[in-house]
Amino acid sequence: MSEVLLEARAVAKHFGGVKALREVSLSIRRGEIYGLIGPNGAGKTTFFNCMTGLYVPDGGGFDFAGAPLLADAPQQAAARGIARTFQNIRLFGNMTALENVMVGRHVRTRAGVFGAMLRTAATRAEEAAIRSRAMELLHYVDIAERADDLARNLSYGDQRRLEIARALATEPQLLCLDEPAAGMNATETGELRELIEGIRGDGTTVLLIEHDVKLVMGLCDRVAVLDYGALVIEDVPAVVQKDQRVIEAYLGG
Amino acid sequence: MKNWLSPRSTAGLALIAVALIALPFVAGMGGQAWIRIVNFAILYIFLALGLNIVVGFAGLLDLGYIAFYAVGAYTWALLASPHFGLHWPVWAILPIGALVACLFGVLLGSPTLKLRGDYLAIVTLGFGEIVRIFMNNLNAPINITNGPQGITLIDPVSIAGLKFAGSTPFLGLTLTGAHKYYFLLVALAILVVVINLRLQHSRIGRAWQAIREDEVAAKAVGINTRNIKLLAFAMGASFGGIAGGVFAAMQGFVSPESFSLIESIMVLAMVVLGGMGHIPGVILGAILLSVLPEVLRYSVTPVQMALFGKTLVDPESLRMLIFGLALVLVMRFKPNGLWPAPESRRPAEATR
Repeated sequence: MSEVLLEARAVAKHFGGVKALREVSLSIRRGEIYGLIGPNGAGKTTFFNCMTGLYVPDGGGFDFAGAPLLADAPQQAAARGIARTFQNIRLFGNMTALENVMVGRHVRTRAGVFGAMLRTAATRAEEAAIRSRAMELLHYVDIAERADDLARNLSYGDQRRLEIARALATEPQLLCLDEPAAGMNATETGELRELIEGIRGDGTTVLLIEHDVKLVMGLCDRVAVLDYGALVIEDVPAVVQKDQRVIEAYLGG
Repeated sequence: MKNWLSPRSTAGLALIAVALIALPFVAGMGGQAWIRIVNFAILYIFLALGLNIVVGFAGLLDLGYIAFYAVGAYTWALLASPHFGLHWPVWAILPIGALVACLFGVLLGSPTLKLRGDYLAIVTLGFGEIVRIFMNNLNAPINITNGPQGITLIDPVSIAGLKFAGSTPFLGLTLTGAHKYYFLLVALAILVVVINLRLQHSRIGRAWQAIREDEVAAKAVGINTRNIKLLAFAMGASFGGIAGGVFAAMQGFVSPESFSLIESIMVLAMVVLGGMGHIPGVILGAILLSVLPEVLRYSVTPVQMALFGKTLVDPESLRMLIFGLALVLVMRFKPNGLWPAPESRRPAEATR
């Protein structure tokens, strides 16, 4: 439980004069559900984007499973075992739900152009494996009956689930969820909570960015709070909840 | 994927096969010119399917696609004509043409990787023009392309001693050169369609579509968008190269003016009008846009004669007017193309 999976070392990022991240250092342990909270604009998503290679940090860096992550290489982050969802859902809208998850298998499979053109035995076997794994994942997030619907025609909650299934298809060690409960009602949030606990139960570490403080405090093993791009505190929920600086940041003093 | 083995599909395929075999003879009743029109329609199917990989699957707007067609045509022309005194066989030139076009595809693709939409369109447009202008001017100091005069006396296709130029008697029928090219083109077209279908439902095809739908999300699931985009350019270009080779052999003559911007636009119009990313739609678009102008060419004057007793409008300009109007109307009322991909696809079986 105590092995460190992801270590952020003084990560800094600024956009022009705006310091979105001020030397944020934190560490996520293997097997935990780690919450990252903070008011709007605190730098949570920026932190995510730096970690998954979409932004290049201006300072510091990340170690993942014992080796540094290259900046500016999102496909490498996925290959190393970091998967993510997006705050504003980003699915492949004109592809079916099943195809969306099948795309997630890309990084763990090999078939190339010639295999596809000649449809070799190896390619066919791989394709069948991709399909059955994708179907399993759709069952796992409980939207298997929507497999052949275009992603953009799915309901909001199902799109959230589909995005998680697609991320899981990359076989991540660390699953990063960017505000998965945004726009969900209490029932849906409850279901989401069960899903996240199940994912952790299967051995995947979860990093959760969330606005819903109740969800985070109830679900996470440890929580980090960002405010104005700086880390305020990193500790178990019970301590974080009582911290005066957190209360100020969140409730405006 | 369709189940090819069900009785209904077997019957359907047989019907298509009979129609494909009968088509040149039916078209031939209107004169050899009509067979040639059909042949060009198939050549445009090639081009449209190749461009569909780039535009339809990967979502990269390419306005210079005809450059690859030109590269394929000139590769054939240089390797099988008296110009350099080379007369290589078809099985060598066609793959070389595809390969050279493929290299040009990568050449165009690599500097444009970060560009999208309008910006990409402008760069590709420039690329298409550069290739054409090079072909127009590479006759000095060393005469490579023979400049605007083009290259003549290009060898026709010849497979196992069967020359594709001139007539051959066959089972009591006289097969003209156009007939023979028709069957060659159909065979190649079937191959191209099968390859396209297979690519679409493959790991690579899905990666292309993922990039089209959302490049950031595609990166996040680990797709190397740079390589996969280059692959789209390379594959699309290869198809263009093969089409160009057959074009050169069929015409026996190539010159830069066959590869103008309007040709790129026509092929793009075929893809868009038919239904981007949907293979049957793209084929339909290619057939319509290549045959319709010819039908208009032959019907505009007679119709005017019948209505007014004289030719009021020059057939050539009226033809383009009607053609343009048809495009506008289709885009107004069927913005996704005439035959777009179905909204919800039926349960896909395990791929064979």
